[in-house]
Amino acid sequence: MSWTRKILRVDLSKGTCTSEPLNMEWANQYLGQRGLASKYLTEEVDPKCDALGPDNKMIMATGPLTGTMASTGGRYSVICKSPLTGAIACSNSGGFFGAELKFAGWDMIIFEGKSDKPVYLLIQDDKAELRPGDGIWGKSAWETDDILHQTHQDPQLRVACVGRTAEHGCLYSAVMNDKHRAAGRSGVGTVMASKNLKAVAVRGTGGIGNINDAKAFMAATNDGKAVLAENAVTGQGLPAYGTQVLMNVINGVGALPARNMRDVGFEGAENISAEAMAEPRKSDGRPNLTTNGACFSCTIACGRISTVDPTHFSVKDKPEYQGASGGLEYEAAWALGADTGVDDLDALTYINFLCNEDGMDPITYGATVAAAMEMFEDGTITTKETGGIELKFGSAEAFVAITEQFVTGEGFAADLGMGSKRLCEKYGKPDLSMTVKGQEFPAYDPRGIQGIGLAYATSNRGACHLRGYTIASEVLGIPVKTEMNDTDGKAELVKAFQDATALVDSAGLCVFTTFAWGMDNIAPQIDAACEGDWSVENCLETGERIWNMERLFNEAAGFTADDDKLPKRLLKEVIKHGPTEGQVNRLGEMLPKYYEVRGWTADGKIPDETRQRLSL
Amino acid sequence: MQKSLNIDPGKCTGCLQCEMACSYEHTGTFNPSRSYIKVFTFHHEGRFAPYTCTQCDEAWCMRACPVDAISVDLATGAKVISDDKCVGCKVCTIACPFGTVNYSQATGKVVKCDLCGGDPQCAAACPTDAITYVDADWTGYDRMLASAAKSLPSAEATT
Repeated sequence: MSWTRKILRVDLSKGTCTSEPLNMEWANQYLGQRGLASKYLTEEVDPKCDALGPDNKMIMATGPLTGTMASTGGRYSVICKSPLTGAIACSNSGGFFGAELKFAGWDMIIFEGKSDKPVYLLIQDDKAELRPGDGIWGKSAWETDDILHQTHQDPQLRVACVGRTAEHGCLYSAVMNDKHRAAGRSGVGTVMASKNLKAVAVRGTGGIGNINDAKAFMAATNDGKAVLAENAVTGQGLPAYGTQVLMNVINGVGALPARNMRDVGFEGAENISAEAMAEPRKSDGRPNLTTNGACFSCTIACGRISTVDPTHFSVKDKPEYQGASGGLEYEAAWALGADTGVDDLDALTYINFLCNEDGMDPITYGATVAAAMEMFEDGTITTKETGGIELKFGSAEAFVAITEQFVTGEGFAADLGMGSKRLCEKYGKPDLSMTVKGQEFPAYDPRGIQGIGLAYATSNRGACHLRGYTIASEVLGIPVKTEMNDTDGKAELVKAFQDATALVDSAGLCVFTTFAWGMDNIAPQIDAACEGDWSVENCLETGERIWNMERLFNEAAGFTADDDKLPKRLLKEVIKHGPTEGQVNRLGEMLPKYYEVRGWTADGKIPDETRQRLSL
Repeated sequence: MQKSLNIDPGKCTGCLQCEMACSYEHTGTFNPSRSYIKVFTFHHEGRFAPYTCTQCDEAWCMRACPVDAISVDLATGAKVISDDKCVGCKVCTIACPFGTVNYSQATGKVVKCDLCGGDPQCAAACPTDAITYVDADWTGYDRMLASAAKSLPSAEATT
């Protein structure tokens, strides 16, 4: 089993909390978390609804391995229709909240309707109630977490909440949990705030005791942990350097985008890399990196816990930001750093703290600021719009100033909160938005690496590295090396990564395990925990079913093959120098083949026979 | 030979594998709220500390118990609670200077680390060796060794 078999349904319009049984037929087809919650969403929500209206629903969902000893088994996801993209949104987070929800006895929470006043949901095991949120509305996510702990006098309470940016309508606000873990992308926090729901506080004491075959489960999870420990990436690289180990690697191979992807290759990359984070600084002799930290049940422990130099201009007179907190991960370091041309490690760490404190996706935020910087540079945007801030590429001072305004909703915040697509359209420069389906790119340039371009173009939630991380193969050689600039075989590669990731995201596990684990490591853990057949074949088919179901939601929302595209810059403007000089992304060579291997029509539609094959 | 849990907080990542291993061993569930070892997180310092009973030789809890429910496991040296005798009076939780004997609402008894009969599951599950089970005479040995290494003059200075 391993599912709790219980769903909490919270009707915010009526103010009611009711328990209902989990649909086990769907659980056997979609497993949990991303897959199962997306199934509920597609059955219950009109894909054409207003993402910020009461007809959208927000689901917080765990997987069957969430809350178990399976390494990294602590994940949960937030699923809804995205206000940023209009497509299906599913953002995954670690920390401790997801496991606690499971210990309280719930597989998922479905929020529907809209409360007329700010509220928060308090869950204590099987007791759930909505409480007035007056004392926390208007507070940052960090303050909200502190206030709820003080109010309930329970040190073990776990909180997921939104910061002020979500309240102000920023379209890419995150749901923050445990202060510095985030369901970060696609504006799932904005949907939460649109329902006047500020926080979910949960305490669970029941634990998980219904593992289907406990002995086989302990054996399979122990085997899995041994594989993670012995692997160079998950056993050494990630704990020591975090995902930031990639900064110099990706820059070195000629695929680190810079300055709103106008350039590839960033001269300041070393200054903001994992190596720089480990270097003791002059002022207090300490490195930026204080230690590494783990999410619930994770034996990798890639999380960065950092401090800003107390003498740095950004925190000098702000003792509240001089302690340790969630540090830079690679994607954030790239978007906040290379993409804006800022190579000041302390400024970026401080801005990352602010992203955590007030819950905005640092990838979209950094990339949106980068687009604004490019428009500032060409004179489209001036100090009149920015409230006097000289928003130039490379200016740490300007970036810190505009971010401090942003979190309180002042100055240029309303424009930046739209994301780069709407911002660039507003100022008449739509081609400067580096997005797919309205969501900003992460830190790998598709001109340097072909397959990731196809993965971005076809991702169901817009540009994203976590929907099919072909970088593993194309750069790191996991599980096999493919050439970065080849297009042959990339359609098959992208499909394989997309399907496998959909399964991992539905299990309660972290996708970082797949640096070391194949499906032959993952399936036995699921199979031992859950009833039913969770063979490698069935796991892969489940992943494919989930992928196609998400695509069907988007199709019904109005997306077509025309949305599977990359910005002109990445197809036309060649890389000017470095090891990938002269390259563009050759999406046109890969996309038809991708549709073919997916069993879709030439115009990207899912035909009846493919639906039948996948029981959709 | 008596063995002891040896805890090195500097190696802890806060993953809670130990709490799950402990609760699984003692209750058959993955349930940190019923673990006898707790990991504390000091967020602003970026530090983690696994904490549990150190099995004092002159155990305050054992002396305080009015019904002799706490006895010594002669094989391991662990101070173990007899659920049959414990009346849930909680006097031992007051007597323990470290707070590592706790009352459990789920059972109406006090609970504490019993070294799993000589095979502590927290140590087995710890992925970073922050918790190890070592010869009792050598608790702290790792830190002594690390400290000794630091106190050496560098190779350059000696040549």
